[in-house]
Amino acid sequence: MTTTDPNTGVANERPQTETTGIGAYLGSHLREYGMLFALIAIMAFFQFVTDGTLLRPVNITNLFLQNSYIIIMALGMLLVIVAGHIDLSVGSVVGFVGALAAVMMVNWGWPVWLTIPACLLVGIAIGAAQGYWVAYWRIPSFIVTLAGMLVFRGASLWLLEGQSVGPFERSFQALSTGFVPDLLPFVKSVFGMERLNGLALVVGLLIALAIVWNGLRSRRQAAAYGMDTEPFGFFVMRNALVAGAIVFVAWKLATFRGLPNVLITMGVLIVIYAFLTENTTLGRRIYAVGGNLKAAKLSGIKAERLTFLTFVNMGMLAALAGLIFAARLNTATPKAGASFELDVIAAVFIGGASMSGGVGRIVGAVVGAFIMGVMNNGMSILGIGIDYQQVIKGLVLLAAVIFDVYNKNK
Amino acid sequence: MAALLEMRSITKTFPGVKALDQVTFTVEEGEIHALVGENGAGKSTLMKVLSGVYPHGSYEGQILYDGQEARFRDIAGSEAAGIVIIHQELALVPLLSIAENLFLGNEQSQGGVINWPATYRRTEELLAKVGLSDPPTRLVGKIGVGKQQLVEIAKALAKKVRLLILDEPTAALQENDSQKLLELILELKQQGVTSIIISHKLNEVRRVADRVTVLRDGATVSTMDGSEVTEDRIIRDMVGRDMAHRYPARTPKIGEVLMEVANWDVWHPEQAERQVIRGASFNVRKGEIVGIAGLMGAGRTELAMSLFGRSYGRAVSGEVRVGGRPVDTSTVPRAIDAGLAYVTEDRKELGLVLEEPISKNITLANLPGVARGGVLSRGEERQVAERYREAMNIRTPTVFQKVVNLSGGNQQKVVLSKWLYADPQVLILDEPTRGIDVGAKFEIYSIMNQLAAEGRGVVMISSEMPELLGMCDRIYVMSKGSIVGELARGEASQERIMELILANERGAAAR
Repeated sequence: MTTTDPNTGVANERPQTETTGIGAYLGSHLREYGMLFALIAIMAFFQFVTDGTLLRPVNITNLFLQNSYIIIMALGMLLVIVAGHIDLSVGSVVGFVGALAAVMMVNWGWPVWLTIPACLLVGIAIGAAQGYWVAYWRIPSFIVTLAGMLVFRGASLWLLEGQSVGPFERSFQALSTGFVPDLLPFVKSVFGMERLNGLALVVGLLIALAIVWNGLRSRRQAAAYGMDTEPFGFFVMRNALVAGAIVFVAWKLATFRGLPNVLITMGVLIVIYAFLTENTTLGRRIYAVGGNLKAAKLSGIKAERLTFLTFVNMGMLAALAGLIFAARLNTATPKAGASFELDVIAAVFIGGASMSGGVGRIVGAVVGAFIMGVMNNGMSILGIGIDYQQVIKGLVLLAAVIFDVYNKNK
Repeated sequence: MAALLEMRSITKTFPGVKALDQVTFTVEEGEIHALVGENGAGKSTLMKVLSGVYPHGSYEGQILYDGQEARFRDIAGSEAAGIVIIHQELALVPLLSIAENLFLGNEQSQGGVINWPATYRRTEELLAKVGLSDPPTRLVGKIGVGKQQLVEIAKALAKKVRLLILDEPTAALQENDSQKLLELILELKQQGVTSIIISHKLNEVRRVADRVTVLRDGATVSTMDGSEVTEDRIIRDMVGRDMAHRYPARTPKIGEVLMEVANWDVWHPEQAERQVIRGASFNVRKGEIVGIAGLMGAGRTELAMSLFGRSYGRAVSGEVRVGGRPVDTSTVPRAIDAGLAYVTEDRKELGLVLEEPISKNITLANLPGVARGGVLSRGEERQVAERYREAMNIRTPTVFQKVVNLSGGNQQKVVLSKWLYADPQVLILDEPTRGIDVGAKFEIYSIMNQLAAEGRGVVMISSEMPELLGMCDRIYVMSKGSIVGELARGEASQERIMELILANERGAAAR
């Protein structure tokens, strides 16, 4: 972490490694870590009340499969919201693209390798069509995408003629329900276990190592530039926690069926978008546009084009989510994706994004999506009715945003 | 005279900052008391304590109002006691009528039903008191800033004000509107209204104030009575040092023509038949500071913004040459590439991303400068920010401070840093010292001199004529969208500038 809190960053001529206590540091960074702790607490709670079902290997795998499309869309939605807009159409786009893929493969007999890029292109076109009005005609995104929501819901009904279309080829289903084959079978023998996916375990370990190494590296860089760093104790604790969680999850996955394809897709996308938002000029400019549109434009930033691109990107990710969702259900139905937009938007706001734009992080959106996902999953295991589930989710969203605002005003 | 208000040993602490330290402030019944100090000296904080924005208990010390201890829990509490504050940013709803604004939250009603005849009758009475003759049904957005300020005062009168607090009331006003406002405040004094006026304009302070209290760094420095009040004394107390000259010395080294604008025409963005700029031509030389004088509405900002990437107006035409070559300034990125920079008059709305830190604001117009292949280097960004923090003397504990937390002068330095980092040849500065205290003004002037010394061209738009006369090598005078005169340093004076403007306005009226 190289961010600095302005309240504690006084007299930062030298790194305050040992001078700040862990407790004080946490107190001032509550907003950043609050949702992560909330996620851990929620997981611990459900782990306890479901008698350990939540973190069983099969359920962890399911958690990823169930939430992948929400998380993938949350990445795009974060950019849209940071730019100061909203996209209500993504649920309908998921349904429409799923329907289109089904029609292409089942009715028209298109091969999978052609269907997938074609559908992604359609998603891009949908995003471009909506983004055009928002960016260049300054029509409020709420209205444009509300229209899109109706249009694409209707269009999927029309495409499918009100029927469900399926099933699909195995290779298409693999998008969602496939697993990466164990490329390192020898690991099994090292542990002497019959069912152990060596690749999953090794990949998990490598990722954990990479995170720690990267953390150390940016910490050293920050110190070299004289920037503030978090207390060393906290750094160790946080990295141990994150690395431990990754190895733990990898172990669980390894003892089930290994790495789900969709987890790889999702992981790669998260890394790409986190990098894009935090380390590129493109990302920085999107934040500036959302933070103060007029100032950004007068600073030579092409705000219209950036707004347009965030919608194009959102359309593409919604299409990808549509493909994954259809692959998971192994059928396309006219109702597919209904109200997904609400889950996606909720995830982004739970993750700390601001309605007025300019604020929000990819990591936050992902954590927000997991909070929603774990709650869905945990409550389903407990057999809580869909009625109560909705109420609870609604209250959690409200609580998260109140927490955020409270912390900001403090 | 008895003290109407006595604030005793007020101390207000924010996390990490002591905004007010044992401030003592007394206002006599029926006087006009000016509160002056640099930005960040604590004037606004003190007034927020007084008006209940910071409720009783969130500060230390005691407020005696009308002989009794006041413990305001919110603004409603202080208003009930007759204390009304008029903020720099006017709190009027543009899409509501004057009458609706006057009684907003204080409607003339019975059981929640508005009594319109009474509302309009009272509105007319109140408007008459402040010297306005606009119909009560006119939308506030349709009247000028000067009149809006008067509506704010009428609104305060509707609340039966005893102590009126005006925060920078003339900052956005033209000379004659300011005069009217000041006269009104003097008139209200005759009617028994006590006023506290916060202002940076020391000539105004001297004109209306009975007493002046100077704050510096959150503490009371002095309170002076009428006879002791001189601008020099105020400035000395404000900045804590003698300021021999208000404008830093400079020996101009003027080179060849750097930027030349010819036959610049601009039409109004909405009203198709209205021409805002008429055939404006002007130039700036290397190392020269050129002023553009004019009354509000003369088209100075419109000229600058239309030049800078056509950010204003429609059907913009004309020629811009930089270094002798015609350049394309049709979009902001192209204007920047052509070597232009425009520092807006409204830094909060148009110049800064307030919720972002200083560092990110400074690099915004030249992000590729701290990036390789589109990937940002946080370390380089910080170094750049630190460099400008030092060069510009931006007062902040760290460059990661959000700019919203900085004072006006420091915010302006951030905006200037942003444009300097883009390395322009010509800077157009629009009201660069508006709402900035005396000390920071001096620093901004020094920066401008420095820029000219580096061989850049500086265009300065200002409504404060002394500032133009003190800083500029040449002054263009604008009136009603045209450039009506050009005065060299030696021949320029306030009288000459006004003559040119008035001659043009008379000519326009005759046509």
